Amino acid sequence: MTAERRVVVTGLGATTPVGGNVPDTWDAILAGRSGAKTMPYEWVEKYDLPVKFAATLETPADQVLTKVEVRRMDPSAQYALIAAREAWADAGSPEGDPERLAACIGTGIGGVWTLLSQWDNLKEKGPRRVFPLAVPMLMPNASSAAVSLELGARAGAHTPVSACASGLEAMGYAYEMIRSGRADIAVAGGTEGAVHALPIAGFAAMQALSTRNDEPERASRPYDTGRDGFVLGEGAAVMVLEEYEAAKARGAKIYAEIGGVGMSADSHHIAAPEPEGAGASRAMVEAVQRAGLQAKDIVHVNAHATSTPVGDVAESNAIRRAFGDDADGMPVSATKSMTGHLLGAAGALEGVLTVLALHHRTAPATINLDDFDPAIKLDVVHGEARKLPQGDIAALNNSFGFGGHNVAVVFTSV
Amino acid sequence: MAQSEQEILEGLAEIVNEETGLDTESVQSEKSFTDDLDIDSLSMMTIVVNAEEKFGVRIPDDEVKNLKTVGDAVSFISKNQA
Repeated sequence: MTAERRVVVTGLGATTPVGGNVPDTWDAILAGRSGAKTMPYEWVEKYDLPVKFAATLETPADQVLTKVEVRRMDPSAQYALIAAREAWADAGSPEGDPERLAACIGTGIGGVWTLLSQWDNLKEKGPRRVFPLAVPMLMPNASSAAVSLELGARAGAHTPVSACASGLEAMGYAYEMIRSGRADIAVAGGTEGAVHALPIAGFAAMQALSTRNDEPERASRPYDTGRDGFVLGEGAAVMVLEEYEAAKARGAKIYAEIGGVGMSADSHHIAAPEPEGAGASRAMVEAVQRAGLQAKDIVHVNAHATSTPVGDVAESNAIRRAFGDDADGMPVSATKSMTGHLLGAAGALEGVLTVLALHHRTAPATINLDDFDPAIKLDVVHGEARKLPQGDIAALNNSFGFGGHNVAVVFTSV
Repeated sequence: MAQSEQEILEGLAEIVNEETGLDTESVQSEKSFTDDLDIDSLSMMTIVVNAEEKFGVRIPDDEVKNLKTVGDAVSFISKNQA
């Protein structure tokens, strides 16, 4: 019987509404800067969309990629590739057997820009004008395939799809691949490029989006009584995950360890969270238990907290249900207050931010929290960032998706 | 108005550059699309459709397999331009 394989984080990459890479993103988060802005696209007025802002990328992809890469990939795959390249370089481009390297990139929607622009081509110009790469660009697995192609990853290329939990589920999937011995290294995360009229109209029709059009940067306000929905974001975040002994042997920089992963399904409603948080709390408890920890060991939570009236309360209930009074000792950060909601990339980005919080021993402040909702029973970090204790510490990251998907991951300091 | 073969070659080189990133200077008459320029069948279809639009010709799918070299494409376009 061999010893249990441990999984550590050795590289980070991201392109987000607040920064074109991880260092710039983290600086913006500590500075409390919002990535939400009024959308410059002509279609906002053309269709008279009820929501006129979004958290679009700080650094547009065409400033980073070649013209050909931009032409041949949907935005969602472009963002994934940018984040994966950064993470891989950050990990020191580890050499190894390609058949032991995996790519796991989740997405909520996939190549929606390509799907809709090619549909326009078909209607306006006929079938011959549909781009021959339309299908391989719009398929949701295009991002994991692009990363697999880029890095030569041959252990497997996987694409968990669970709406807004996709990115964290991909990290959980990669963690299981390494633990079970299917891979030694995995490049894992999430991506989304869905700032397009149709998803916006669809989310708006659900009443899920904030309509604070006159103050975009104040629109994402988790836990505030004035919250009125989430702010749609875009981007990607990726981690390099590695088997611990191999990472140590090659002298890799180790940011944190994945202690445990918990997953569950609500089986309650296609879009609404189960209000008592039974499913979400099961995922959290499972993650903590699998990490071999107890609730009191968790010193920080990066919450899903999208800034919807119902969702934020449901998550608060779930955290209370999972941890009882121990939740009092868990400073909670809602970083979507700055980044907006990156859908299938959200859990991955918040995973990266949770790792950085451990690494820098700093829980970021939630912005726009002016009037704390008394229905929220959490210790929310706001006003200024909070120092985390020295010594061995652990943090929890939650991610939930339409369809009742719940994913929770415990990261620990190394 | 019909264009000269040189004009067609230059226009085609721009299309190839747009699709593949290859330098326009590398797109010369004797070059094979697959062997020299490493253009796959999907990119070739995009180039064909863009060429149809740019030069006002129709290049039937059956004809595409006969266009082995850049020069083959230039001649076909030149002969079939209105």
